[in-house]
Amino acid sequence: MSFIKTLLQGEEGLFKPDSLTPMQKLVLRFVLVGLVYYGFAVIEGMIMRIYEIEPVPLISRNQFFAILTAHPLVGIFGSTYALVFGAFLFVVPHQMKKPLFSIKLANWSLGLLGVGTFVFWFAGFISHYAPLYTLYWPLPADFEQFSVWGGTFFILGIALVMVGTVFFIINIFKTIVYTPEGWKKQPGGALFASAIGYSGLRNLFRKEKKEHHVSLPVAAIARGTIDMTLNTAIILFTGVLILVYMVAAILGFDLKESAIDALLYKNWFWWGLDLIADGLVLIFVAGTWYLLATMITGKKVFMQNIARVALLVELIVSWTVWSHHLLSDQAQPVILKVISGEMVTAFELITQGLAFFITLATLWAARPLKMTNELKFLLGGLLGFALAVPAGIMQADVGLNRILHNTQWIVGPHVHVAVLVGLTMTLYAVVYLLFPIVTNGAKLYSQKLANIHFWAHLVGGIGMGAFMGMAGLKGMLRRSLYLEGEFNLYMILAGICGALLLIAFLAFFVNIVMSVGLQGVIGIFKPAKIKTKDLLPEAA
Amino acid sequence: MVDSTIVLNGQTIVYTLYCVVIILLVAWFGYKATRPAKTGIVKTWFFYSFVGMLTVLGVSLHIVTSHTIPWVPVDLHRSEYVPDKTFQITVEKHAFTLPSEELVIDCNDLVLFDVTSNDLTYGFGVFRQDNSMVFQMQVVPGHKNDVLWRFDKPGVYTIRSTEYSGPRGVFMIEKDVLKVLECKESADS
Repeated sequence: MSFIKTLLQGEEGLFKPDSLTPMQKLVLRFVLVGLVYYGFAVIEGMIMRIYEIEPVPLISRNQFFAILTAHPLVGIFGSTYALVFGAFLFVVPHQMKKPLFSIKLANWSLGLLGVGTFVFWFAGFISHYAPLYTLYWPLPADFEQFSVWGGTFFILGIALVMVGTVFFIINIFKTIVYTPEGWKKQPGGALFASAIGYSGLRNLFRKEKKEHHVSLPVAAIARGTIDMTLNTAIILFTGVLILVYMVAAILGFDLKESAIDALLYKNWFWWGLDLIADGLVLIFVAGTWYLLATMITGKKVFMQNIARVALLVELIVSWTVWSHHLLSDQAQPVILKVISGEMVTAFELITQGLAFFITLATLWAARPLKMTNELKFLLGGLLGFALAVPAGIMQADVGLNRILHNTQWIVGPHVHVAVLVGLTMTLYAVVYLLFPIVTNGAKLYSQKLANIHFWAHLVGGIGMGAFMGMAGLKGMLRRSLYLEGEFNLYMILAGICGALLLIAFLAFFVNIVMSVGLQGVIGIFKPAKIKTKDLLPEAA
Repeated sequence: MVDSTIVLNGQTIVYTLYCVVIILLVAWFGYKATRPAKTGIVKTWFFYSFVGMLTVLGVSLHIVTSHTIPWVPVDLHRSEYVPDKTFQITVEKHAFTLPSEELVIDCNDLVLFDVTSNDLTYGFGVFRQDNSMVFQMQVVPGHKNDVLWRFDKPGVYTIRSTEYSGPRGVFMIEKDVLKVLECKESADS
């Protein structure tokens, strides 16, 4: 096939959008939206990498910090949430062997996520609203620095994403417990108890162990979704609070900022926000590793019962670790710093280490394996968390935090290596694994591009984190600027690694578009011709 | 005495070695996973040994640092120490207001920095001439923000806000405002 023909019709013309079920279309829409917003985040990241080396006149300082505010939110909500929603809305019904509770609700989730992300990104782009994702009180309501209207639309955008997230949460739990039309009544209560870990916990104290009603990946998704419910509630509550101040300012009232205790606010907001970083991300990732390991090997997960217990421990740990973000807050009670900040946080080394080991042991039992794209990206994801979690445990130490907090160390070897290498490579493994399933056998355009994607992403992600970390150990702060080139050597090297990440993304994006073709991309967004609630067409 | 440079150098060595080992381990695993093998079942004793190792590592990190990093006990029990000197510092409208007298410290003095914010959340960090960090803390409005520090190296230090407080706060830097006088030991030698 000629290049133009492949570009239009996809590799060998194998992708036929008309053959897709509504569920397949839904998943592919989520993936495409997630990839587009990942592209936003990568380009924003590169702009900031360049600005850290040399502040370019084209971008004002206010614009830089607006980008810094939008970048992690676009990355997490616009990209990662979209990929996770798409994957899990397919995996849960697939594992439960029944249709998704509501495709309509799932489409609403996609719409709200896509529109909400664009609204807060655009509000930040136009108005330079830049309180960062941390929103430390009273900065989000500082209308001497920021536009009140810009802030209002920014917060509204986040609220839209959160409403979409609520719809996703409802869909996941309802899919687990509901009885499809015409089916024998399902034991909803027992399914829910198994999914959240209650029946597994009771099993520990029973002589005769009861069978688990849901598979391990579904249990992981359900438990991660509990954290998602809690953090969505916190983010929505905080958003409403900030909106109250904004609406009052628009109406000409100046609410007293000191009415809210800044430290109390910081505690509740970090409690909620940390349920993403130290809660659902770790739990979802562990569940995804188990899913990938079982699908790659065709074998059961090694030490499955221990894995279930570890997921439950991780859930409980995630509710009690937030104080590691407040180790440098001197008014924070010492007992919270030591118990929550240090001791409980150290449990994450154990729970994530268990998931790491169990996944590797499951793969090991099935040797020899073929080094497929999904396997190599899974190994990359495992490596990412193996590097990033110990870095996080180090900074969650009263002594070390005094000299690491808010340095590039935090955001380099910990945050970016965890998100870019650990989380994103795990999600890419899922995309490569599900691609032929959700496209009814479309062929990947180029294995060479997939290899470039893998190596450029792995080296770029680890390298960028490493050089940022080196700068952090030399005292370079995050969320700051150095105009005299104090850390330029590290920033140039980190910039080169950032460019590798951009190359990796372009290789992947081109590969996917060439695989399904431009007509295929358009077809994904057209209504499905097959009217069914089944996940896959009958012939498949 | 152990200072932040020594601690960070130690951390760099330990973490770098760990990274090299774990990268090689995953690379080795990836290679071996594709080779034919007689049996691949992992023994449960190996699994439980791994869990034990993680537990020991997780717990021992904080025990080791609390016994080797000198500022940890001082930091956690600040009220039990009597500072040799106290500096009251205020932050408002993205600017530090330092005490009217020079910030001069005798070597080995225990100094209390008591920083108050009248509006936003800021940071308070002390940095060496080469931009490396001596220490930092958060400065939260409406709360007491104090840090107790013993300076055992002579030199001139810079104060900088270590927390983002909006674009206006990026250059909250008070360059070379803190002076630690020569230590007696080094002066004698």
